[in-house]
Amino acid sequence: MSEHIVSIRVYLTIFLALMAGTALTVFAGLRDFPGQLNVIIALTIAVVKATLVVLYFMHVRYSSRLIWVIVTSALFWLVILFALTFSDYWTRCWLGPC
Amino acid sequence: MPDAVPIEHEASHPALQHHFENMEQQREAGALGMWVFLVTELMFFGGMFLAYTLYRTKFPADFASASNHLDLTLGAVNTVVLILSSLTMALAVYSAQVGNRRSLLLCLVLTITLGLTFLGIKAVEYHDKYVDSLIPGQLIPGRPYNPAVQEHGAPDDKHKLHLLPGATVKHVEMFYWIYFAMTGMHALHMIIGVGLLSVILFFSWRGRYGPEYHNPVEISGLYWHFVDIVWIFLFPLLYLLGRHLEHM
Repeated sequence: MSEHIVSIRVYLTIFLALMAGTALTVFAGLRDFPGQLNVIIALTIAVVKATLVVLYFMHVRYSSRLIWVIVTSALFWLVILFALTFSDYWTRCWLGPC
Repeated sequence: MPDAVPIEHEASHPALQHHFENMEQQREAGALGMWVFLVTELMFFGGMFLAYTLYRTKFPADFASASNHLDLTLGAVNTVVLILSSLTMALAVYSAQVGNRRSLLLCLVLTITLGLTFLGIKAVEYHDKYVDSLIPGQLIPGRPYNPAVQEHGAPDDKHKLHLLPGATVKHVEMFYWIYFAMTGMHALHMIIGVGLLSVILFFSWRGRYGPEYHNPVEISGLYWHFVDIVWIFLFPLLYLLGRHLEHM
C-alpha cells in the first residue's frame, strides 16, 4: 500500500467546513434552547469537527487498518473512563438522601 | 550459529533505517508510533475533561457565570487561528509529499506564526484574568483570587464578575482552576509543537524532506492536529456554556 496524497481541494473543503462549524457553535451558544439541548448541540458540532480533522487532516481515512484500531481504542478507553466514573456519581443518591 | 542472510537494501534511500525493509514500512511504523502516543495524550486530557464534566454538573450556575466572564471574541478568534494553522500544517505535509520545498518552508513558517499568534492571544486573556484577580488560589504572589462582583442587573462592567442566580464566588473559583489547568496544558502543548515545527523547519530548509522521505513532517502534523482537536472541544465547553443564560 503506497501513501495516499490528499488533494489541496479536499483540505480546503474541510477547512471551510471547520470554519462553518465554528460559526455555528458560536451562533447556537448565544441562543437559548430548551433543557440540556445547548450542550448537546455544542458537543455534536465539536465531535463532527474533530472527526473531520482526524479523517482528513490526520489522513486516517486513507490509513491502514492498524491505525484504525489504535484510533478506535482511544475512544474505547475514553468511554470506559467516563462511563465507570459516572456510574458512581449518578447513582450515589439512589439509596437515600445525600 | 549460521551466517545471517544479508538483507538486500537495494538502492535504498539514505534515510531508511536498517531495521525497516523499505520506506513504506518505515513510514507506517512512524505514524503508528505517533498514534499510540496520541492515545495516551487523549487519556491525559480526558481526565481533565472528566473533572470539568463532574464539577460543571455539581456547580452549573457557578460555571456558567465564570464562563460568561471569559472573552468570547478572543476565544473565537483563537479557534479560527488554530484551525487555520491546522490547514497550513496539512498543506506543509502535502508540500513535502509532492516535493515542493519552497511551499513546505512557507507553510511551516505560517503554521509556526499562527501558533505563536494563538499563544499571544492566550497571554492577553491570562493577563485580563490577572488584572481582575481571577487567577485561582494563591498562584500569583500578591494577587490572590479575589474578584469584584456585580450581583444585580445586566452585566455592564467587564471587570466585575456577574453572578447568575445560585452562583457563589467560591465555586466560581473551581471553574478557574479547571480553566487554567486545561488551557495551560493546551498552551504547553502548543509551545512544544512550535518547538517541534522549528526543528522541522530547519531540516526542511536543509532540504532533508521530499516525496520519498517526510515522516517527521507528517508525524509532527499529527501532533499539531491533535492539539487543534483538544481546542475544538475546549472552546465551546469553556467559553460558550452559559452565554444563553445571560439575558434571561
